[in-house]
Amino acid sequence: MPARLPAPTRRPASARLPAILRTPLGVTGAALLALVLVTAVLAPLLWGDAAEAVDTAAMLQGPSADHWAGTDNLGRDLLFRTLVATRLSVALALAATALAVTVGLLLGTASLLLGPRAGRLVTAGVNIAVAFPGLLLALSFAVIFGVGQVGSVLAIGLSGAPAFARLCQTLVAGVATRDYLAAARLAGVGRLRILLRHVLPDVGGPLVVNVTIGAGGALLSFAGLSFLGLGVQAPAYDWGRLMQDGLDRIYLDPLAALLPGFAVVVAGLAFNLTGEAVARTFSIDSISGVSLLAGGALRTRRRPDAGGLPGQDATPSADVPLDAGPDLVLDVADLVVTVPTPAGRVRPVRGVTFQVARGEAVGVVGESGSGKTLTALAVARLLEPPTTVTARRLSFQGRDLLTGDHRTLLGTELAMVFQDPASSFNPVRRMGGQLAEGARHHLGLSRRQARDRAVDRLRSVRIGDPDRRAGQYPHEFSGGMRQRAMIGLGLMGSPALIVADEPTTALDVTVQRQVLDLLAEVRERDAVALLLISHDVSVVADVCDRVLVMYAGRVVEDLPAAGLATSARHPYTRALVAAVPHLETDLDRPLAVIPGRPVDPADLAAGCPFAPRCPLADARCRAEDPELVDGVACWRPGEDLPSAVPEEATA
Amino acid sequence: MPLTTPTPTAAPPAGLAPHRWLRFAVRRSGRLLVSLWVLVTAAFLMIHLVPGDPVRASLGPTASAELVAARRESLGLDQPLWVQYATYLRDLLTGDLGTSFGSQLPVADTIAQRLPATATLALLAFLVAVLVAVPVGVAVAVATRRGRAPRTELGFASTSVFLATIPDFLLAVALVWVFGVTLGWLPIAGQDGAASFVLPVLALAVGPAAVLARIVRVEMLAVLETDYVRTARAKRLPPAAVHLGHALPNAVTASLTLGGLLLGQLVAGTVLVESVFAWPGLGSTVVESILAKDYPLVQGTVLVYGVGVLVVNTMVDVALAVLDPRSTIGES
Repeated sequence: MPARLPAPTRRPASARLPAILRTPLGVTGAALLALVLVTAVLAPLLWGDAAEAVDTAAMLQGPSADHWAGTDNLGRDLLFRTLVATRLSVALALAATALAVTVGLLLGTASLLLGPRAGRLVTAGVNIAVAFPGLLLALSFAVIFGVGQVGSVLAIGLSGAPAFARLCQTLVAGVATRDYLAAARLAGVGRLRILLRHVLPDVGGPLVVNVTIGAGGALLSFAGLSFLGLGVQAPAYDWGRLMQDGLDRIYLDPLAALLPGFAVVVAGLAFNLTGEAVARTFSIDSISGVSLLAGGALRTRRRPDAGGLPGQDATPSADVPLDAGPDLVLDVADLVVTVPTPAGRVRPVRGVTFQVARGEAVGVVGESGSGKTLTALAVARLLEPPTTVTARRLSFQGRDLLTGDHRTLLGTELAMVFQDPASSFNPVRRMGGQLAEGARHHLGLSRRQARDRAVDRLRSVRIGDPDRRAGQYPHEFSGGMRQRAMIGLGLMGSPALIVADEPTTALDVTVQRQVLDLLAEVRERDAVALLLISHDVSVVADVCDRVLVMYAGRVVEDLPAAGLATSARHPYTRALVAAVPHLETDLDRPLAVIPGRPVDPADLAAGCPFAPRCPLADARCRAEDPELVDGVACWRPGEDLPSAVPEEATA
Repeated sequence: MPLTTPTPTAAPPAGLAPHRWLRFAVRRSGRLLVSLWVLVTAAFLMIHLVPGDPVRASLGPTASAELVAARRESLGLDQPLWVQYATYLRDLLTGDLGTSFGSQLPVADTIAQRLPATATLALLAFLVAVLVAVPVGVAVAVATRRGRAPRTELGFASTSVFLATIPDFLLAVALVWVFGVTLGWLPIAGQDGAASFVLPVLALAVGPAAVLARIVRVEMLAVLETDYVRTARAKRLPPAAVHLGHALPNAVTASLTLGGLLLGQLVAGTVLVESVFAWPGLGSTVVESILAKDYPLVQGTVLVYGVGVLVVNTMVDVALAVLDPRSTIGES
């Protein structure tokens, strides 16, 4: 599904400007930037003379009515001087930024301009230079170019160049592999032309953002250099220079140092905020359009109104046994999962009811987005706010999971097997420890005992040399081994139920069989129940006793696995079964598919949600949503389907 | 998804583990040596890149021609460039950084005398920044994930952006004014007892702490959504064990890479902050020597700062390798 996302739409930068101004960040940044630039242009014209006016009668004064920020050693007004210094401070910063960007662009695109070999050399040099802080580079360059304005512009500009070069390298590397560049190269377009016509327009956006932020940085660096006495030299003055002069008098006239400092912060913020705002507008533009359907990514835990004091231990008295029979491991009634989205509250699971008996294997099948994974995570109490779980009944091993804290119960008697074994173990911790920690916590085993048990469980899931393997990290295990280790993790306690969410989807076909066999073996050995979530009907038919078919957040059919091929009554179930290719499937004909698309839970119409795709749908199906009665939720269960539906639909 | 890339079909034999560390050590020290060589060469070339005659520039236009010639000879500047380079490298290996133009003292002695004050300052500031940023970043991430506590998030975001934007030397001036001038609680100049450390360390630590806290929060948020944290929760461990035992180590390894760059900047930032607080460290030495065109002293101090940054970066990589076994496999 994510692969099908539409490419981010490109719009000219001018069309984005209003969007930037609509955010508070953008407005603040733009207003500050305008203020700084206007001051830079106007202040020297308006107050240039006043800032230079020497008043020997008012030397080194503190703030007064005549001189709000006091005066310097020649009696010149410090407020005016701070305002007038805006022009030089900003101009020098922009000059240094321009130099940094130009040199950075040349270095960063060296691989395009000079070819790969020279490019690699430049890249290596840039990588070394980038590791050194800008100020250190600036100081070194200041040695070479000498102190003063020109030297400082060169020093700050060149010291900023490696960072821009690195940025350009990253951006260009992202663009350089694209097809149209290869096409342009094949067409014999020159390197410089490719750079100017094809690459720069593509990396322009991020570059503009970073140039803006870079200008803020250059401004601060310049203030720093001048403050050290290495930048602007008297009689010229910028903010850094004014701060240096003012610092000695901080007891007498704090504003002499603080006012130019404040100006530096304001100007720096103006550039940074504007850059940030542009950056945010750009990135919002590129990720808009991602649908909220990705149910698998949503996880949550406790119903907020269902109490359950955090940290409260599961005491027998808190666990009121329900009237459900002792043979039920899991009893779920009217399970609802609600997910808040920007478009309102969506219910990807809408009233699911089922039970799992001791030792029973129940499969849950359905398309992506049918709510099967959310159902599994909800019964395992692994969903977290803001996703909420409500139910009329949710009990595991006879205890009500909707109230109280059942950490130890769930930690020892409920085992989880997740879809992707590659990402389900903590990459920085050893496997043995990852298996052992739950047992140490819940069963009070010592470190030694827990490790021994972990090694024993690894052996029981057929991992060779388990003692050595326990000391290894997940990346040293193969995919199938990791999934078996995950089952071993579930066996650390004494599980009554294994919830396996697509346990074989991420695995090789040859390894899938091993994992399924292992699950079957574990079940037989200890009469463990299994809730197997899968989109693969044949796996479920093979492993399970009973099958729940889910569609649009509901169970639409609940039937014995053996009856899948022959006695399925819901048109959706029958379509799912028909879509599974067999050995005898005629490969000359197109494979059967279910016409139409799965329903978006955010966009449910009235009536049976399958009606738009159902060959049997009539007026009633489109008006009323059928309840699950006698194991099927359909107004026309078991009726003959029009022949060859799938083929027609694809033809 | 950092994990999905290399899925080794067969696990390497465990006997390879020491070799992996050896390979990591060889590769990393190779990179360090190349960087060091570039740094040393740059420091050597610095004096030769000065336009005109650096000795004339240093001694001023009034110095006699004999003095300039004598100084050139004592510096070996009359030798061919490669001879000077070889001499420079040889002297460097014996710890000889040359003699200051101004004080006529060995540069190495001046640095040895000044370095401890700067190193203490940088180290303390880094410790403060990490000790504040990591807990704050983790706590804010846990409190604000999945759109919870939006006000906390807004408050944290705006405060940290603001603190990260203020350059250290401006913050230093503001701190001097508030705590030194207005409140009179703390000394504002010189190194004299524990109290004199407070303001310089604060000035250096606040910015990096704000940036680091933001990085830790972002990394922590990403890690909290990973499959392995879900597995940890499926083990029904207490939240503290999930957050600190499973999420934090992964978030910290990612934060460390950027944190190392911050630490490098912090080392350089001491120059400015020392200037504000008249700190008797290397920072004032480097500024004075640049202004006085005391080139041997400049070369030596810049070299020391550069080596400091390289050492910091190497330490960060080693720490990464210890924390995350995957990082020793090799980088592309």
